[in-house]
Amino acid sequence: MNLYGIWAIYHYEMSRFRRTITQSLVSPVISTSLYFVVFGAAIGSRIQEVEGVSYGAFIVPGLIMLSVMTQATSNASFAIYFPKFIGTTYELLSAPVSFLEIVIGYVGAAATKALIIGALIFATSHFFVDVTVAHPIAMVAFLVLTCFSFALLGFIIGIWARSFEQLQMVPLLIVTPLVFLGGSFYSITMLPPFWQGVSLLNPVVYLISGFRWSFLGAADIPVGLSLLAVAGFTCLCIGVIWWIFRTGWRFRD
Amino acid sequence: MSAILQVENLRKTYDGGFEALKGVSLDIQDGEILALLGPNGAGKTTLISNICGITRPSAGKVTVGGHDVQKDYRAARQMIGLVPQEIALEPFEAVLNTVRFSRGLFGKKPDEAYLEQVMRKLSLWDKKDTQVRALSGGMKRRVLIAKALSHEPRVLFLDEPTAGVDVELRKDMWNVVSALKADGVTIILTTHYIEEAEAIADRVGIINRGEMKMVEDKASLMQRMGQKQLEVLLTAPLQDVPNALAEYNLALSPDGSSLIYTYDTRSDRTGITRLLTDISAAGLVLNDVKTRESSLEEIFVGLVSEDRT
Ligand SMILES: Nc1ncnc2c1ncn2[C@@H]1O[C@H](COP(=O)(O)OP(=O)(O)O)[C@@H](O)[C@H]1O
Ligand SMILES: [Mg+2]
Repeated sequence: MNLYGIWAIYHYEMSRFRRTITQSLVSPVISTSLYFVVFGAAIGSRIQEVEGVSYGAFIVPGLIMLSVMTQATSNASFAIYFPKFIGTTYELLSAPVSFLEIVIGYVGAAATKALIIGALIFATSHFFVDVTVAHPIAMVAFLVLTCFSFALLGFIIGIWARSFEQLQMVPLLIVTPLVFLGGSFYSITMLPPFWQGVSLLNPVVYLISGFRWSFLGAADIPVGLSLLAVAGFTCLCIGVIWWIFRTGWRFRD
Repeated sequence: MSAILQVENLRKTYDGGFEALKGVSLDIQDGEILALLGPNGAGKTTLISNICGITRPSAGKVTVGGHDVQKDYRAARQMIGLVPQEIALEPFEAVLNTVRFSRGLFGKKPDEAYLEQVMRKLSLWDKKDTQVRALSGGMKRRVLIAKALSHEPRVLFLDEPTAGVDVELRKDMWNVVSALKADGVTIILTTHYIEEAEAIADRVGIINRGEMKMVEDKASLMQRMGQKQLEVLLTAPLQDVPNALAEYNLALSPDGSSLIYTYDTRSDRTGITRLLTDISAAGLVLNDVKTRESSLEEIFVGLVSEDRT
């Protein structure tokens, strides 16, 4: 293992994050606060309770997940696409680092950033609602796993993308809709049976449900199934990355 | 001297089916400066890319310090520094940070003193906190060199280091290269400037259309270049060179119609007057005389245009 190599990539990526700290942190916090104001205060005042808690408290896990998933994906995809775009991948390719080490460096940094943002939103939410966490360890585990799996997804997108349009297309057209329709703002039990069935095809539903379970102690999907879904999704991403590694697809001619 | 880099029958076919390297073999000696000379599209960058791990060879074998670049890529790549043809740098990072990054990436533990020394030699130390985008083109190229040297490589590849660079900077670059050679670094540089190869290389390799046409010591090349040929056309063809002219080592043209005399322009006496006297003394009648000069350029153009059929 080239540990210095992994650290160099990780450190370099984190320093980019530090350089743009205001943008990186302020914008997700502001947008999440807006969600709290709009959904929690305006709409929430008309909704009594969802699954036994106030609507404001109900949407906290979903809002954290929403930010964490989109941030992890976009950070990781940008981190590997940018060197491809400006031509600095020559250095990664000619260095004594394995593809696995490259992935650990970039994905680790993107996941860390997403984790920091998630923690910050969690802290912010306390200003708006009473937040209780029923299973703290499970909560952290779900959060960390989600950060990593979506950073892996982002890495794949960054390798695949050949233009900035493509880079933004997948998060915009696939990840964001899945996250919004994944029950961030509602319990899927509130949907008609047909749409409930459709929702179960959305992997994000399991993540948000599992994460919500760690807050509220109850969820619309059994927590074991949620865990299985996160693990399955992570394995799928690792599998795709393994294949990229074997073939050098869109990375090494 | 022993070979530090060995390339055996290297082939590269790009995805589109284009064969950019057609079985290149090359040995590079420890501590030498080799200039790879070739026109645009000859395959210079492709050759370097295959050695350094940017692309995968289609066939053949490359070892660096005895380590196979594919099977034992960590050991092999640790020995190599690469300065790419195109300037590619993260614009918003400070110079010293990008150099530190390179050292870490190559698995070396931090050594600020060494990095300072490298950057001072390249006159980059003043700019260590400057963002890369604020540097001039020439300074950016120096940053690339500093990055390539950050992990103390034994072999340095410079892909067209002086293309599009002004005369002064080119001289500077040549000084940097000779200083590195003095430190024992093996240097392979590509160029399409013949004068550049003449000025700094120990050996010159000529590559065209994916084939190594020739690799030769610059000294022996210079000797060939320092030689001139005098061709004496005769009125009647000969079977053999007359015995009376044996001491001149003359060659006879294939059709026997001319004698070819090779002489060194750098010696005090070329022997031409004596030869011409002896030729008429041998009873031969001259029709015409021509002289031919061989230069690296001529050798190069000759090798390269042979292909253009
Ligand atoms: N990625 C690639 N895909 C297809 N053809 C390529 C690629 N890179 C280079 N080539 C072709 O290979 C040949 C050699 O290119 P290159 O090694 O860059 O030459 P040089 O560096 O000597 O100018 C050229 O004809 C070029 O068009
Ligand atoms: Mg080139």
